[in-house]
Amino acid sequence: MKRLPTTWRDLARHPLFWPGVTLVLLCLVNVYFNRSFFAIEIKSGHLYGSVIDILNRAAPLMLVAMGMTLVIATRGIDISVGATVAISGAVVASLIGGSLIIQNGVQTYVSNVPMPLAIIAALAVALLCGLWNGLLVAGAGMQPIIATLILMVAGRGIAQLITEGQIVTVYYEPFFIIGNGFLLGIPVSLYIVALVLAIMLLLIHRTALGLFIESVGINPVAARFSGISARALVFWVYAFCALTAGIAALIITSNVKSADGNNAGLLLELDAILAVTLGGTSLAGGRFSIMGSLLGSLIIQTLTYAIYSLGVPPEINMVVKALVVFGVCLIQSEALRAMLGKHLFRTGEAA
Amino acid sequence: MTVEPILVMQGICKSFPGVNALKNAQLRLFPGEVHALMGQNGAGKSTLIKVLTGVETPDAGEIRLNGQAISPACVGEAQKMGITAVYQEINLCPNLSVAENIFIGRFPMRAIGIDWKTIEHQAAAELAALNIHIDVSLPLASYPVAIQQMVAIARALTTEAQVLILDEPTSSLDEGEVERLFQALRQLKQKGMAIVFITHFLDQTYAIADRITVLRNGEFIGEYPASTLSRLDLINTMVGREINEASYAANSSAQAASVADKPYVSARGLGSTGGMHPFDLDLYRGQVTGLGGLLGSGRTETARLLFGIDRADSGTIRVDGHAVKLNSPRQAVRYGIAFCPEDRKNEGIVADLSIRENIILALQARRGIFHYLPKRAQSAIAEQYIEQLGIRTSDAEKPIGQLSGGNQQKALLARWLATDPKMLILDEPTRGIDIAAKLEIMELVKAQCKKGLAILFISSEMSEVLRVSDRIAVLRDRQKIGEIAGHDADEQNVFRMIAGAEA
Repeated sequence: MKRLPTTWRDLARHPLFWPGVTLVLLCLVNVYFNRSFFAIEIKSGHLYGSVIDILNRAAPLMLVAMGMTLVIATRGIDISVGATVAISGAVVASLIGGSLIIQNGVQTYVSNVPMPLAIIAALAVALLCGLWNGLLVAGAGMQPIIATLILMVAGRGIAQLITEGQIVTVYYEPFFIIGNGFLLGIPVSLYIVALVLAIMLLLIHRTALGLFIESVGINPVAARFSGISARALVFWVYAFCALTAGIAALIITSNVKSADGNNAGLLLELDAILAVTLGGTSLAGGRFSIMGSLLGSLIIQTLTYAIYSLGVPPEINMVVKALVVFGVCLIQSEALRAMLGKHLFRTGEAA
Repeated sequence: MTVEPILVMQGICKSFPGVNALKNAQLRLFPGEVHALMGQNGAGKSTLIKVLTGVETPDAGEIRLNGQAISPACVGEAQKMGITAVYQEINLCPNLSVAENIFIGRFPMRAIGIDWKTIEHQAAAELAALNIHIDVSLPLASYPVAIQQMVAIARALTTEAQVLILDEPTSSLDEGEVERLFQALRQLKQKGMAIVFITHFLDQTYAIADRITVLRNGEFIGEYPASTLSRLDLINTMVGREINEASYAANSSAQAASVADKPYVSARGLGSTGGMHPFDLDLYRGQVTGLGGLLGSGRTETARLLFGIDRADSGTIRVDGHAVKLNSPRQAVRYGIAFCPEDRKNEGIVADLSIRENIILALQARRGIFHYLPKRAQSAIAEQYIEQLGIRTSDAEKPIGQLSGGNQQKALLARWLATDPKMLILDEPTRGIDIAAKLEIMELVKAQCKKGLAILFISSEMSEVLRVSDRIAVLRDRQKIGEIAGHDADEQNVFRMIAGAEA
């Protein structure tokens, strides 16, 4: 059996290799069914095209997946992000609300409270959700899945309380920029993702955050004995994760121009966990990759897009999605690859 | 000897990326013998054992069991052939009961379900054979490490083994327990079992071993009858250079370090319910204070109190003359206290992180999250300590989990030295480490002490405590029963003190 060139093997060992390959394959599938998949055109100064659409629609998932990555790296999990999205969305929608007033033939949009204030309030509420989770996990020492289950179950009820059981529609047009607007031809939501990404990369690579999170994730006792305050770290990681959910809520609410306590961010937690896993971060904690989680989010969104363009009947598209995810996870499994490698090697030897 | 060997390993080679772990290693085992496998850290003992038990596949060489060539592909296969191993790190399930741990994977069955009664009965009997009488229905985790180790051994004994491998089985046992283990081994020997015994304790090697195989740098050096190989020869063969016996036996009394006249850390009436009885302890810079006592006497508990891991509920601590509260390791670190824990794997190293990251971890933790050491500075510190402490590695970026025990310990020492501590607590720093690395580590400790570090030294090997300590605090049953100055102390004195308090 021929040995792969060293550089190629090194490349295959790179943590982002398999997520990258998966994404490229999915894109190729899309190109096969839709020749104009990569085509990008400029319409009225905005970029339009499938790729832009996928990126734009993946924005909320990318945000939540980034926050989730840190939680998972500390050996935790946060299954309440979907509920946090519902709560934050309800807060921002109720506070802005808005109506169109025509005065002397001039149309003006009026919000209930100033928009910046409403946004800050929504983010603050999201942060509060995260502090609650952090308190239960780091303070009370509850198991993360149970601790965040509480908010997951209660959250949608709280959102319903805020919206008084109604779907709150937003009429205040400036708010729509967040989820639908363009800046210099590129969707505004992508700027938000880029900003959060930049802040995170800065924190991880220019401060000791990355080192501390990985230490706590790999060996919490050793980290504590080295003088790291593991509990404070875990506490703030949950707070940050919820904050990313709050930012995602702004985009989602703005995009659909309403807040639906029952459906906003539904199953987002599972997609986020999946994105993190697809990106190569182990659920056992430790080494993590923010870029991997972004790739994972894009894999999920591209897959959804592919399923639609394949014309899969909507009632079974979740099954198709599950099958593909299953396949991707198998490819990424070290054990399976080792097994296949051994098998190939042996047959190669025999031949 | 006309007896045919039960097992022959020959020409075994195994290389890992960047390292030749085994070069032409060999091992012969005869029925009814205890065979000591000796060598320094990284000599290839563990790798050789892993090859034998099917954990690793050798690159070359052959293994013959009863004359038949074998190539076990996994641990299960090796076990079926009658090759069983007990490892230094206990590989049992702490949340299962003792009995379950002994019989896991081969529960005796009844018509419906598992025969729990038989399991508990037999488990108790197996342990009783080792002279251990405990409630086997309790979870394993509720017993101390030493008992857990004995359970692991009992588990190995219940399998129908022809070859039993014990990798550092005694590193967490006290003398009585070691003796019990040896009795059990002698019984097994009579039955014709071949036992491979890996240890760093020379006394134990000579107490139990019939023959000795020495490995060095992955190579077979020689096979000797234990009765004809002197200790000094053994050490020299292992190390590959002459070690002066005088330095090996040297007492620290020659050491004339300038001892500060005021203690750096001073505990008064420090204690915790369920932990240590209140005790007074003064630790001076430039002085090694040893903690003497048997297993379970409260040595580690004392260390944990002084490092803020366990909270004291009585007494006071003064650091450098100021009364302080030590409620977390973080606070202790801030006061210049450092702690190398006994359980290297679970409390010391962060296995998946690189050597560099492990070395700078405590320094970075003390600097705080926002005062990040630039990568270049981190590498410089790591390189400096790798060089200074002689950590054997190809690269500072290698995961620390891949290093041998002694090198991991040195890296942990480096982690603390990098923080420039005023006091260093060493809990069993030489456990599971070969004699040469042991001496190196002791030298490092003494050198640091001379530079003005206060050191609290804990070891289950009394001779080691005596050798390095200027002063020994003697513990018994979680109580401090007295102190002996280094030059007055010998094993007799200390043990008499421990025993005397009983009378």
